[in-house]
Amino acid sequence: MPKRVLLGLLLACGLTAPTLAQEPKTGGVINAVIQPEPPGLMLAMVQNGPVQMVSGNIFEGLLRYSPKLEPQPELAESWSVSEDAKTYTFKLRKGVTWHDGKPFTAADVLFSVEMLKQTHARARNNLAQVDKVEAPDDYTVVFTLKQPFGPFLGIFEVGSMPMVPKHLYEGTDWKTNPYNNAPVGTGPFMFREWQKGSFIRLVKNPNYHEKGKPYLDEIYWQIIPDAAARSVAYETGKVDVLPGGSVENFDVPRLSKLKDTCVTGAGWEFFSPLAWLWLNNRQGPLADKRVRQAIMYAIDRDFAKDVIWNGLGKVATGPSASTIKYYTDDVKKYPYDPAKAKALLKEAGYKGEKIRLLPLAYGETWQRWGEAVKQNLQDVGMNIETIATDVAGGNQKIGDWDYDIAFTYLYQYGDPALGVGRNYISSAIAKGQMFNNVEGYSNPEIDKLFADGAVATPDSKRKEIYEKAQKILVEDVPVAWMLELQFPTIMRCKVKNLITTGIGVNDGFKDAWLDK
Amino acid sequence: MKQFWKSMLRSPSGVIGLIILVLAISVALFGPMLFPNSPWRMVQRPFLPPFTLSAVPLGTDALGRDVFAGMIFGARVSLLVGLVSTLVALIVGVPIGAMAGYFGGRVDDALMRFTEFFQTIPSFALAIVLVAILQPSIYSIVTSIALVSWPPVARLVRGEVLSLRTREYVQAAVVTGQSNTWIIMREILPNALSPVIVLASLMVATAILLESSLSFLGLGDPNLISWGYMVGAGRTVIRQAWWITVFPGVAILISVLGLNLIGEGLNDALNPRLSREGR
Repeated sequence: MPKRVLLGLLLACGLTAPTLAQEPKTGGVINAVIQPEPPGLMLAMVQNGPVQMVSGNIFEGLLRYSPKLEPQPELAESWSVSEDAKTYTFKLRKGVTWHDGKPFTAADVLFSVEMLKQTHARARNNLAQVDKVEAPDDYTVVFTLKQPFGPFLGIFEVGSMPMVPKHLYEGTDWKTNPYNNAPVGTGPFMFREWQKGSFIRLVKNPNYHEKGKPYLDEIYWQIIPDAAARSVAYETGKVDVLPGGSVENFDVPRLSKLKDTCVTGAGWEFFSPLAWLWLNNRQGPLADKRVRQAIMYAIDRDFAKDVIWNGLGKVATGPSASTIKYYTDDVKKYPYDPAKAKALLKEAGYKGEKIRLLPLAYGETWQRWGEAVKQNLQDVGMNIETIATDVAGGNQKIGDWDYDIAFTYLYQYGDPALGVGRNYISSAIAKGQMFNNVEGYSNPEIDKLFADGAVATPDSKRKEIYEKAQKILVEDVPVAWMLELQFPTIMRCKVKNLITTGIGVNDGFKDAWLDK
Repeated sequence: MKQFWKSMLRSPSGVIGLIILVLAISVALFGPMLFPNSPWRMVQRPFLPPFTLSAVPLGTDALGRDVFAGMIFGARVSLLVGLVSTLVALIVGVPIGAMAGYFGGRVDDALMRFTEFFQTIPSFALAIVLVAILQPSIYSIVTSIALVSWPPVARLVRGEVLSLRTREYVQAAVVTGQSNTWIIMREILPNALSPVIVLASLMVATAILLESSLSFLGLGDPNLISWGYMVGAGRTVIRQAWWITVFPGVAILISVLGLNLIGEGLNDALNPRLSREGR
């Protein structure tokens, strides 16, 4: 379970406590911040964070996920798995229509799968184990796998596999399809208007397939480029919801203390963002395991959590966030211990070679973190030079392996086979790309463990494999794990039931209502 | 020389400016000896208000770093950038201006069009672009500040040389067969120098401001602490912790003011008519 307590404020707010006592009220308009402005809204084509946040309420996936990442019905009302764990049969909900009135059927699912394989890199990976997809009738879809794939039921989230209207996309050039700018989904809200640089307006879908939902009439996603201005917009009442990451961390305590304000760290369980330092295993002092271990001992991660992240999040113990399946903390521990770090550096024969540090150009918090880590490493005698760069330049340097240490954070998608393995297996070493094994760690044993883990059955077997992999990785320190990040959502307490799933605001407006 | 110091010390603004500059330079030179610790070190709890602990008299910033230590180390970077980039600008600008003024004609045209090319681009925008392209570091910052500040020097020197060029003693030097370099270096430049010196003192002030603005925008050298960086980093928390921004801001204000006062004092002292009349 993620630690959801933020400075003890949550307890007073009761957001995670059930609000069953109250009957949802219909009507009302919500203003939420979206940061940064999304590059588009067609979820099948672009999947940046803000796109998922807005479009997750326009589109839907076959399944939805609880905060514990258990699959729940969405467009599929039920599903079954065959004995040999290779055939998954989904029964689709009847009476679902697209926003333009056309019915949603199994043909749309088949089309979406084909389209996503070409437009959505992660979906392509997730679907790699699928042998064929068939539709025996309009409301049944059968996925047949090449071999059993443990995390299969975890790939149907709306951002990972959004359903696309076949009748609007088939036979067109997807990139230039006019519906990319006015997306048509099956979700609780319909796209109405996008004033670039100002706001995106969604309105209630009156024909939504769950009767009575959604409760809200409209959502305005306000686009406010400056972090301080976003805080002020909340204070002055212009917006009611600040999704995670939309204000700077040091503003969180101040905003949390405002009247009628509720804060929660929930709603990120599916993503479980984990921050770490890429360590270039290929060259220089960092090729030595002892130097990498020294880095783990040298960095005061509790300080980073308490000061830079204002107490939000959790110190990471290894490659998996604690919310990910098969997580174990029964691994080697790296407490803050500068003396030990110095000893390890000495043992490794480090002689003050220059080491380049690339901070993440995502704003103040990350810059301060870069400065703190640099100081930590200098304190144990490492010669660190910070390289200033922008987001694109940093991505390029990391992708080209032109760095020694670099900050990053990645989503983990609930299962080690979906979000963890990709950063450590040697087949994921590909120059020029981000978010794979850019540290260049290569260990046949780890390769084998992740390959076996993905297809092993039953669950207990997978657990055993992944726990072993975690132990080996934490001993080897291919990257330096820092924090399980937590992005608090700040909102007025009158906004109820916004965060009920593992992806929070991204598909939360379906259940949200305003207590007027 | 004696005359110069006399008139310099007679003008109150010059004296005040000199005092400020001497103070700032000695802080930059000797301050770090009093604070052997790196200004990046986290020494106390974050957001400690000023005047609460004698160890950190001006409080701490968002990471618990000593604001006072930051200001002392920042003085070094700010003054260094100001002085070095002005020096570089003079090294580029004076010869160009002198050649343009002395040779005239096509040389003048070519050099002045080249100068105007730089003058037409807003200097701060150009500096930002240059630093962004070259990757922020102390070298790229000095280079870009120098590159945007030499054109006024060139134009000023050209104007002075143009007028001195026609003086009898210069023409006499030409007639006696002195080489062009000799004439420029020995006859003309020394007499054209006083307005350049005044301009240079103001350029140092401008360069400090430019460096601060670049650092404020996050384009400073990430390995060096400077006043502009401190203001920029503290800006976002100004509502919680005013002192992180205010103290380095005041340091920038005072040192720029000091340099401007010196400029004024120099102007008075180096202007022969003004100084002889004794004001």
